[in-house]
Amino acid sequence: MHFTRDHEWVRLDGDIATVGITKHAADQLGDVVFVETPEAGKTFGKGDSFAVVESVKAASDVYAPVSGEVVEGNAALSSAPETVNADPEGEGWFAKIKVSDAGQIDDLMDRAAYDAFLATL
Amino acid sequence: MTDPTLKTTVLNAAHRALGARMVGFGGYDMPVQYEGVLAEHRWTREHAGLFDVSHMGQAKLTGADAIAQFQRFVPGDYAALKAGRQKYSLLLNESGGIIDDLMAGKPDHDGLYIVVNAGNKYEDFAFWRAHLSGDATLTVLDDRALIAIQGPEAAEVMVAHEPVLAEFGFMDCARLMLFGVDCYVSRSGYTGEDGYEISVPAAEAERIWNTILKDARVKPIGLGARDSLRLEAGLPLHGHDIDATTSPVEGALTFALSKSRKDAADFNGAGRILKELADGPSRVRVGLSVREGAPAREGAEIADADGTVIGVVTSGGPSPTLGRNIAMGYVPPSHAALGTNLKVIVRGKASACEVIDMPFVAQRYHRKPAA
Repeated sequence: MHFTRDHEWVRLDGDIATVGITKHAADQLGDVVFVETPEAGKTFGKGDSFAVVESVKAASDVYAPVSGEVVEGNAALSSAPETVNADPEGEGWFAKIKVSDAGQIDDLMDRAAYDAFLATL
Repeated sequence: MTDPTLKTTVLNAAHRALGARMVGFGGYDMPVQYEGVLAEHRWTREHAGLFDVSHMGQAKLTGADAIAQFQRFVPGDYAALKAGRQKYSLLLNESGGIIDDLMAGKPDHDGLYIVVNAGNKYEDFAFWRAHLSGDATLTVLDDRALIAIQGPEAAEVMVAHEPVLAEFGFMDCARLMLFGVDCYVSRSGYTGEDGYEISVPAAEAERIWNTILKDARVKPIGLGARDSLRLEAGLPLHGHDIDATTSPVEGALTFALSKSRKDAADFNGAGRILKELADGPSRVRVGLSVREGAPAREGAEIADADGTVIGVVTSGGPSPTLGRNIAMGYVPPSHAALGTNLKVIVRGKASACEVIDMPFVAQRYHRKPAA
């Protein structure tokens, strides 16, 4: 699993990347009340806003950690947004993306680097 | 790290000890949540929530001309207000816009005790000092903290400490000894629930806060839930739902206009306000029930059934009590009737909504039967 400085995670399986927000991000947001995930077929560049997550207080953009085409948004989050708090790095995934350049993963942090980054915040 | 430009209330260390997440609000480093906004919101609706609102401005206005001078800028009849009562009112500019909303009462026999919004307090106090004349003196009570307890169990909790508080009805106020110290207290609040606001000497605040928190029915509540609670109660937040451009008529706050004062038309902005009362305003604050889609928040456009933009959302979000999204915003009176079907536009998507009555969640104030 790899991580961005904006607190997204990505897990690559072949050329399909599953992406979501980290436990740190979910904890900071607090109670998630609404999630807007992208539809299959949409394409995003690395760093583009591809989803929105809303707490009671505010809406936050979620940025694509890698470029590619969405093959599936996590539809379960629309009826159960609290899954993002309960299991942010598992069942609370946002989308599966067919990556256009798997090499982009190498620019991201691994778990140890991300933990070290969190310690600086 | 705390932003060094932010001020702190005397309860700052107590909030941190309780594990609060702190944010800047109104120039102060304040707790936005302790356990979580939803849990705190629900706790307040079911039990009793304790709020530090010491960032708000407290002042006394005294002198033989205090009430007459106060009434030049607010539309409530404070001359007729009985001792031991308080009233919600509005500080108005010359064009009838709302500089701030406030609570003012007669807790003792020494003029008015006034509470104003944190983010406006310095502007308000400067306004009073610049405009008051005659025998009227404003004294800022910056040596006091302000603690609110709200919820259906708030009265039981407080009466166990101080039996005299049982005698208070909604909007009753007094200056008296509570917890062994000189306090101003009122039975009022900003959540739609029964409860009290208690002004205590700053040096005693942490002791009193901790004493009240010892009761298992009480939990500390942050500003996040304070905002969602007041939204459900239909109460406007100054700087968002009302501001120096909105009149009391536009803001749907005509209850704050006392009949005697309207008849006398002797307060700032009376010309515009009376004209709007007679002819109708160009826009009015309404409640919206959003039936689908994402929460509509401040800044979201409101459109009519044809998609023409007619207004804007000023506050909105999920209602934990109702389990759906609610909002308040401004629309022309032609689209303000209850039941009108409108749309809110969030991130380019239009969601159906309907004008509904406020409060969204019924208020549960402790009103005493008329004597």
